[in-house]
Amino acid sequence: MDLNLTSEEMQFRDELRSWLTANVPTDWAERREESLESRFEYLREWQRRLFEGGWAGVSWPKQYGGRGANLMQQVIFWQEMALASAPPMANTLGLGLIGPTIIAFGTEAQKTRYLAKILSAEEIWCQGFSEPNAGSDLASLQTEARVDGDFYLVNGLKTWNSYGWVADWCELVVRTDPNVPKHKGLTVLLVDMKSPGISVRPLRQITGESEFAEVAFRDVRVPIENVVGNVNQGWDVAIGTLMHERGTFGAGLQITFRRNMERLIELARELRRNGKSAAQDPLLRQKLAQCYAEIEIMRWNQMRAFSRISATGVPGPEGSIQKIFWSELNQRLQQVAQELLGPYGQLEGVSPRSVDKGTWAYGYLRSRGNTIEAGTSEIQRNIIGHFVLGLPRSY
Amino acid sequence: MQFGLNESQEILKQNARQFFAGECPMTHVRQLAESKQPYDPALWSKIAAQGYTGVIFPEEYDGLGLGKVELILLMEEAGRALVPGPFWSTVALAGAVIDALANVAQKKRYLAPICRGEARSTLALLEGGATWDLADSKLAASNDRLTGEKLFVLDADVADFILVAEQTGVFLVEAQAPGLSITPMPALDLTRNLYAVQFKDTPVEKLGDGTNFTRALDIATAALVAEMVGGMQRVLDLTVDYAKMRKQFGKPIGTFQAVQHQCADMYLETESSRSAAYYAAWALEHDAPDAATATSIAKMYASDACRTVGNRGIQIHGGNGFAWENDLHLYYRRAKASETMLGDATFHRERIARLVIDAVPVSFGGNDRSSR
Repeated sequence: MDLNLTSEEMQFRDELRSWLTANVPTDWAERREESLESRFEYLREWQRRLFEGGWAGVSWPKQYGGRGANLMQQVIFWQEMALASAPPMANTLGLGLIGPTIIAFGTEAQKTRYLAKILSAEEIWCQGFSEPNAGSDLASLQTEARVDGDFYLVNGLKTWNSYGWVADWCELVVRTDPNVPKHKGLTVLLVDMKSPGISVRPLRQITGESEFAEVAFRDVRVPIENVVGNVNQGWDVAIGTLMHERGTFGAGLQITFRRNMERLIELARELRRNGKSAAQDPLLRQKLAQCYAEIEIMRWNQMRAFSRISATGVPGPEGSIQKIFWSELNQRLQQVAQELLGPYGQLEGVSPRSVDKGTWAYGYLRSRGNTIEAGTSEIQRNIIGHFVLGLPRSY
Repeated sequence: MQFGLNESQEILKQNARQFFAGECPMTHVRQLAESKQPYDPALWSKIAAQGYTGVIFPEEYDGLGLGKVELILLMEEAGRALVPGPFWSTVALAGAVIDALANVAQKKRYLAPICRGEARSTLALLEGGATWDLADSKLAASNDRLTGEKLFVLDADVADFILVAEQTGVFLVEAQAPGLSITPMPALDLTRNLYAVQFKDTPVEKLGDGTNFTRALDIATAALVAEMVGGMQRVLDLTVDYAKMRKQFGKPIGTFQAVQHQCADMYLETESSRSAAYYAAWALEHDAPDAATATSIAKMYASDACRTVGNRGIQIHGGNGFAWENDLHLYYRRAKASETMLGDATFHRERIARLVIDAVPVSFGGNDRSSR
């Protein structure tokens, strides 16, 4: 057990840190309040800069334009990005999920065609997985693709597509054989979002913004060579993508939580309760200390998990505890922030009297999504129950 | 960065698990628990023969000279086996205090016999107010004599000498000292006894000048958390086995999500407690700036977790979990005792608040070393 960085890890961190110091834009905090659409070009430009510096796709193999970083280096990458308050990259899904899926399952032609443009943010990607009637039970999805000459003809409706409103391409899961058990008739297609027959409708969410979209497919023609992996083996490809979803990205999230916690402690010192500093209120102290502690435990759980993945080479189902831990922790943290801020907690950014430009009002609502997105807490508990503890499948 | 056990740590842990399973099986634990005196001299000799009683102490005092991580691995396995008697109080509590405070002559006289398995000891902290905050201690020695009372002292009647913390420092009292009387305080945990210890003009010997006492308590606390983790793991294992075997409505009850999700939560709480215990041990071993905060985080989290893991374990076992014959209640009783020992979650949250909220500026892993 050695929790210090090795000299190689430190060297990687220092190189990255000095690059970030020189290149992270300083005006991101101001742009944060703008709509997603208006700041998207900004994020694209930021990713291009990372790409030119050799920092887009750190986890990707060098032969595909990545940095070939090992797991600990990826962890350091996300930590340093968060520490530097760097903006997110425009092509988050392409870099984190879809590129790695193409690298793992794609043909050489597909790799040549798509990967470089993912890295440079020239083509933005989204995922077409969930449907109105296929959420947690993803394999029950109904969007169908029928062979028509050299094309698939796709019909159906996808929902909760992150970046659907801006994407150039989509990793789409479709049913190619309705006559076999549900997991066995699925195929993954790469779909040009400019194809005739696709219509995109932004979904307005609980926070008022539209991170997600609903995408309808009506007789959309997709060339047969756009199948990723084998026909009717799309479930394995989709699961491969989802496994990346619980990867090293959480290391940056921990830093973000930590920063929010530090800010809450500052606010507690400024605010008053019962004639004294809120930081001296016994109950608030208990709640703040609880959050502080859980944020540290989140880090230690991650460190143990990353070490285990480094040793075994694969992310295991134990990753489900990270997802449950951070999502439920953030909801508790946001609630404590509300208790601390009192009536101010509800003020949105447009109010001149809002605290931290409405961050806490927004965060309170946004955190409800945490236990739903990327696998609900219930699904995560099923995964632990069945795959970790060996209990019988419950569904 | 590598937050996993190295090969020799793995071997130590595996050996300890086999040793405790072989020498202290549940039948033996139950026998001792029902005997009113859960100390078994024969078992103690075997534990000492393994070197476990000297695990973290220097070789010059007949210890093994290993680190805090090794200590918590042993404690975790002792907790899994629910080893009765004064192992934690002698080694992790009194031993750590002597190691931190005493001078060379005192270590030869008191620490070496602990390492060799010849002596048992404990630490008397609480008084009538039952607060873990040492500032509330009213007892004070004068002219190396002590008069008054300490309460909730673990394993006092099998101790060859008792350490007593009071306002001006830590003192040592021999078991045979005049004016010392020890009375049982019957309590929930059947595997470790609590006592009231009275002093009447009792001669005492001061240990060092009292510095490093907080750090010694932190080592004891991290070891206690590890022991709690071992207990939680055992309760989880028993419960998952039961949920696979017990059938209702024609299927194993573990099929039902109302049961399965509770098992998942037990797993999450156990693993998170383990991460915290290991981190605290590492931080203490390397004198990291956040060692005290990490220790309190571990004890805070595990104090709540060991209770809820036990609650869920009993609930999933249904009527069987409520039965005396089932081993669960022995773990549940220990869990409650450990939850309060050296401060419950509320106590440690306040300590965390003092360390990280009252410190300026705020920084994670920041200002430490403050007193309890």
